Amino acid sequence: MVTDLLLSERFFNEEGYLTDPDQWTPDLAHQLAAQEGIVLTDKHFEVLHYLRAQQAAGTKLSIRRVGKSGLVTIKQFYDLFPGGPLKKASRIAGIPKPASCV
Amino acid sequence: MKELIILGAGTAGTMMLNKLHRHLDRTQWHLTIVDQDPNHYYQPGFLFVPFGIYQPEAVVRDKASFFPPDVSVCWDEVEAVRPETNQVTLSDGRTLDYDLLIIATGTTPRPEETPGLQGTLWYQDIFDFYTFEGAKRLAEKLAHWEGGRLVINLAESIIKCPVAPLEFAFLADAYFTERGMRDQVEIYYVTPLSGAFTKPRATAVLSGLLEAKGIAVVPDFYLECVDEDRKVLVSYDEQEVPFDLLVSVPVNMGADFVAASDLGDDDDLNFIPTDKHTLQAKQHENIFVIGDATNVPTSKAGSVAHFMAEVLTENILHYIHGEPLAARFDGHANCFIETGFGKATLIDFNYDTEPLPGTFPWPVVGPMHLLKETRLNHLGKLFFKWVYWHLLLTGKTLPVSTAMSMKGKRQAAVPS
Repeated sequence: MVTDLLLSERFFNEEGYLTDPDQWTPDLAHQLAAQEGIVLTDKHFEVLHYLRAQQAAGTKLSIRRVGKSGLVTIKQFYDLFPGGPLKKASRIAGIPKPASCV
Repeated sequence: MKELIILGAGTAGTMMLNKLHRHLDRTQWHLTIVDQDPNHYYQPGFLFVPFGIYQPEAVVRDKASFFPPDVSVCWDEVEAVRPETNQVTLSDGRTLDYDLLIIATGTTPRPEETPGLQGTLWYQDIFDFYTFEGAKRLAEKLAHWEGGRLVINLAESIIKCPVAPLEFAFLADAYFTERGMRDQVEIYYVTPLSGAFTKPRATAVLSGLLEAKGIAVVPDFYLECVDEDRKVLVSYDEQEVPFDLLVSVPVNMGADFVAASDLGDDDDLNFIPTDKHTLQAKQHENIFVIGDATNVPTSKAGSVAHFMAEVLTENILHYIHGEPLAARFDGHANCFIETGFGKATLIDFNYDTEPLPGTFPWPVVGPMHLLKETRLNHLGKLFFKWVYWHLLLTGKTLPVSTAMSMKGKRQAAVPS
């Protein structure tokens, strides 16, 4: 449900991912997380900032990499973003969906 | 005399050796290539071996037969690279000095990274097909298998040839259909990503194939371990997928010397941080990296290594002449995707452009079609084996542009 002004002002692709990571703000993250039923804590934001920094550096992200970041273990990453942690965290972090080539 | 050393004589290393042999002033540069295995495998052929489409011996040749004359060859394993002294140490204790180093040591499947994968069921009920041995063993297994639940699992999202597991699923459907036993086989495709297709246009155009072929997809499944006693895959969030026969794509890692030399990326997968446009190692200006060994965000695939080789050859010459590294790799990849029953589709993409429908390489006339199943695409894939052995490895120029072209591509998701 993209009803909030914060969300409607920005451009998302057909899968609900922000098309320009520079439009991201912490407030927007809270809105996107709410859609996933997640209430963001400081720990969530540490992971989101890590993902954004890695993405900006041109890194191909993986769940394993987050598990090696020193911020969270893979299990803790799942606890923070249940179901599809990298997929959900990427959307909330305003970066592209983790994808294969097709 | 200056020394240029290439580590790895696979697709990327062999292409670079041949290109540099042609372009370098060899009164000033001496070329050395290092590899531990004298066999060159045509890796795209591994997909066909389990189904008896290729016999194993059809995909292997001598590496040395693709080397130009007047180069030094070391058949040995690399123990470490010492960038501070510009040296490579080999496992037999030899030390090689370099002025310029190209790392092309690729990636290999590491089943030992996942508990239970390479245990009592390995090569009994669990197989890989990205190795010569695995593909051969799986062919023997499939020839006598009586059916049940076939599970194809990707243990990690960063793997060599990301479409091959999907091709395996499609070819398995055709194989069991043609053997008259498709109704005795369930096919599951279990992936850590959001689906078998993850890009919007490809999903729109191709995802119907899975349903039509009766392939069930289990998305968002990140493998933690294999419970050997129960024959079940277990994910980090405690989902379970039972199997009778598991075709695994294990965790992929770069060569061990990368870690031993402290050259690898933060995820401990031994891929080397590399400038995604110039292909220079981020930490060392006289080291360049090509092919699967890099961490650049495009597919790990032979076509990518081929396009990289064109760029890297130019940049090596720029580097030697003290010029800026002007050639830029755009992430270009071009891959046939076998869909079974004598058909295939084709994708062409780069860092910025997802696979789109259209014609390739020319607008309208094609003759290949992108994101569409055709018989000609399948024949193209089969013909590519000849191209690989006769043109690609020896560094000859192919009639496909290095940078991805938008010619013939359409933004619309509706196939023609």
